[in-house]
Amino acid sequence: MSFTAHDDHAVDAHVAHDAHGGHARPGFVRRWLMSTNHKDIGTLYITMAFIGACTGGMLSEIMRQQLMYPHNDIITSGAKWNAIITAHGLIMIFWFVMPALIGGFGNWFVPMMIGAPDMAFPRLNNMSFWFLAMGFIFVMTGLLLGSGAGAGWTLYPPLDNAQYSPGLATDFALFSLHLAGISSLLGAINFIATILNMRAPGMTMFKMPLFCWAILVTAFLLLLAIPVLAGAVTMLIMDRNFGTSFFEPAGGGDPVLFQHLFWFFGHPEVYIMILPAFGIVSHVVSTFSKKPIFGYLGMVYAMVVIGFVGFVVWAHHMFISGISTDSRIYFEVATLVIAVPTGVKVFSWIATMWGGSIEFKTPMLWAIGFIFLFVIGGATGVVLAQAGLDQELHNDYFLIAHFHYVLSMGATFGVFAGFYYWIGKMSGHPYPEFWGKVHFWSFFIGVNLTFFPQHFLGLAGMPRRYPDYPDAFAGWNFVSSVGSLISGASTMVFFYVLWRVFSSKVTLADNYWGEGATTLEWAVPSPAPHHTFEDVPVIR
Amino acid sequence: MKRVIWAVVAVLAGLTVGVHAALAQASPDPLAAASQYVNAPKPWQWWFPEAGSPMQAKIDWLMQYVLWIMAVVVGFVGVLMAYVCVRYRAKRNPTPSHLTHNTLVEVIWLVIPTILLAVIIVPSISLIYYEADDSNPYMTVTVTGHQWYWEYNYQAVPGLDYTSYMIPDDKIDPSQGQIRRLSVDHPLVLPIGEKIKFDITSSDVLHGFYLPSLGVQRYAIPGTVVTSWTMIPKAGTYFGQCNQICGINHDAMPIEIKAVPMADYLAWTKMAQQDYTMNSSGPPQFSSPKPVNEYADVSVTK
Repeated sequence: MSFTAHDDHAVDAHVAHDAHGGHARPGFVRRWLMSTNHKDIGTLYITMAFIGACTGGMLSEIMRQQLMYPHNDIITSGAKWNAIITAHGLIMIFWFVMPALIGGFGNWFVPMMIGAPDMAFPRLNNMSFWFLAMGFIFVMTGLLLGSGAGAGWTLYPPLDNAQYSPGLATDFALFSLHLAGISSLLGAINFIATILNMRAPGMTMFKMPLFCWAILVTAFLLLLAIPVLAGAVTMLIMDRNFGTSFFEPAGGGDPVLFQHLFWFFGHPEVYIMILPAFGIVSHVVSTFSKKPIFGYLGMVYAMVVIGFVGFVVWAHHMFISGISTDSRIYFEVATLVIAVPTGVKVFSWIATMWGGSIEFKTPMLWAIGFIFLFVIGGATGVVLAQAGLDQELHNDYFLIAHFHYVLSMGATFGVFAGFYYWIGKMSGHPYPEFWGKVHFWSFFIGVNLTFFPQHFLGLAGMPRRYPDYPDAFAGWNFVSSVGSLISGASTMVFFYVLWRVFSSKVTLADNYWGEGATTLEWAVPSPAPHHTFEDVPVIR
Repeated sequence: MKRVIWAVVAVLAGLTVGVHAALAQASPDPLAAASQYVNAPKPWQWWFPEAGSPMQAKIDWLMQYVLWIMAVVVGFVGVLMAYVCVRYRAKRNPTPSHLTHNTLVEVIWLVIPTILLAVIIVPSISLIYYEADDSNPYMTVTVTGHQWYWEYNYQAVPGLDYTSYMIPDDKIDPSQGQIRRLSVDHPLVLPIGEKIKFDITSSDVLHGFYLPSLGVQRYAIPGTVVTSWTMIPKAGTYFGQCNQICGINHDAMPIEIKAVPMADYLAWTKMAQQDYTMNSSGPPQFSSPKPVNEYADVSVTK
């Protein structure tokens, strides 16, 4: 792929903006509260993700400290414990991973990569972000108000109905999902409209960078899944406040119906969180191997297949909810099918590296770490997909280890790969390579030490969402808690890296990664100007 | 005809004598046999508990089968990545190739994973059918989850319906073999060597009836009955815990099972009927059982 972009005169974002915009440089309020610029909104999303990650991470440190020893007394109230685990799950998913990967990197780089001047609906874009920010206030209210919303992030009734979770906290948590959901839905519509309609001349669908494909598939998943969540959450709110009984057995309702609706959203949500990371990893691997992606078409179709099959496997979360034997077999087999396109992606990444000239810069370390740890998480996923084994492993720490391997390592490593890959393009300043590597290795050790022993705890039968446990589980819990302290210290290194980036005086060239980086964002200056393209780029 | 009647009478008489003999043999404490063998979690345990039922033995086997296959896959990917990282690092391979397609390789990595999945699916499906077969049980126990205790109703023993609370931390007596967070005041007592069906339900929120050493786990869902089953060959004490978040004392409603020989079990039902029966005159009240435990008040301290 080759391209031309008329960027030689656009040296600095604001100079270019003032020179060509014909209107005054926006003030703080106008720029950040009423923004319609995809980069500014992307920055807002990344800021939101940063706040979300710090909050959710702090909650997980509290949890691991409580679990460090049996009969510990950091959290003495079961209600507080349940509020913390609920908020940790919701915040990490809706206010860290999604805003970082979709709202943040998606907003920043999808228009740039397809040669579009901005998102299709800039005001809608602004609205999406502020719905999400409001949602964060709601979810924090749910955590802090009264005894807190404590039904777990899966929100299963009857525990969160009016009888067993009285008080406003649970309503706040439910409405926070509505707000995050509307935000994601509007964002998804925006991405679909942008990608389908605003590609530069010559940027055909099958020339489009894989990150844009990942975001496109993700947006379709959101478009189809979020309304189902919204319906389920609305029914819960109705049950709580207006006397309906959608999920109340006493009124003819069914708690299992909620599980079906929730996981019809919840399973695609898993791919919503990981597909954008797949996209980022593809770019990073290709850039630092100095090779084009191996099997581009296979990569695209693998993502489409994963997205499609992701919609028909939801009841594998419900193997022990009393679904029929035939349903258990169908959902097991359908789930296992997903391993095939996922394997295509993993092998294609390795084949991309094969024959390359690999440079182990920080983003590449995160990407390689992503691939290997995601394979481990995928392997335990194949184990958990067995309905017969799920009868033993459901809801215990083996499951916790599994989904943290794909999220806390998979999605999070994807976020950091993207951060180190693009921070120069976003800020104009380089990150310190040494400290980036220190961050990677310390985080790698920390998360593995935290989550690998949890496999053992699960096999030994330790259930999830317990603030206290039988003394026999003390050993591995201690190791796991030490691991979480290492991850916490590693995050301090990341803060230092951030400080170094934003206090740096060095400015970067347009394409600071060199020959391996071939997508359009590398044709514009660093930092990318406020208006990316003054003229329409043409892709030949 | 006469002969048949005599045969029936003889069998019945034999059975009666047999049961009486068994009762006569039963020890003063019918649950003593269960303390010989305690299947509880061990420090630094890193694999499943010792299988307490054929079902858990099958689960253990399938787990090893699947996990070994997946370990080979992970190992293969790991070795491949290590090789690529060493062989194609920039220092050793300064000029990259521009290879982007190889149809044969792409077909291979579609076909081999598919074959591996087929190899996994076959034994896996037979385990699902095995686990689902709760037909012809010797007896059925209705297990009802409550916030925060379990209630056991022996369907075949009139009126035998009792509650089971965790022994709170400050009342635990290790010298009695009690285990913190696992021991309960009134364990579920089951005969060994017989197929036992569980009818699992809940009176309030969702609970999880989870017995790791027996390979049994089902949600307890209000308004519906979910079934599972077990068969315990060896006399002993087995533990489980609630495994679906159910409120502030989710971690304080464990399950303790005493599996004893049939004679002891029958002796125990006699005693238990007298001790535990709440409503010997009226119909059993499943929805609001009168707690018989000593810990009903102190257990809700959080």
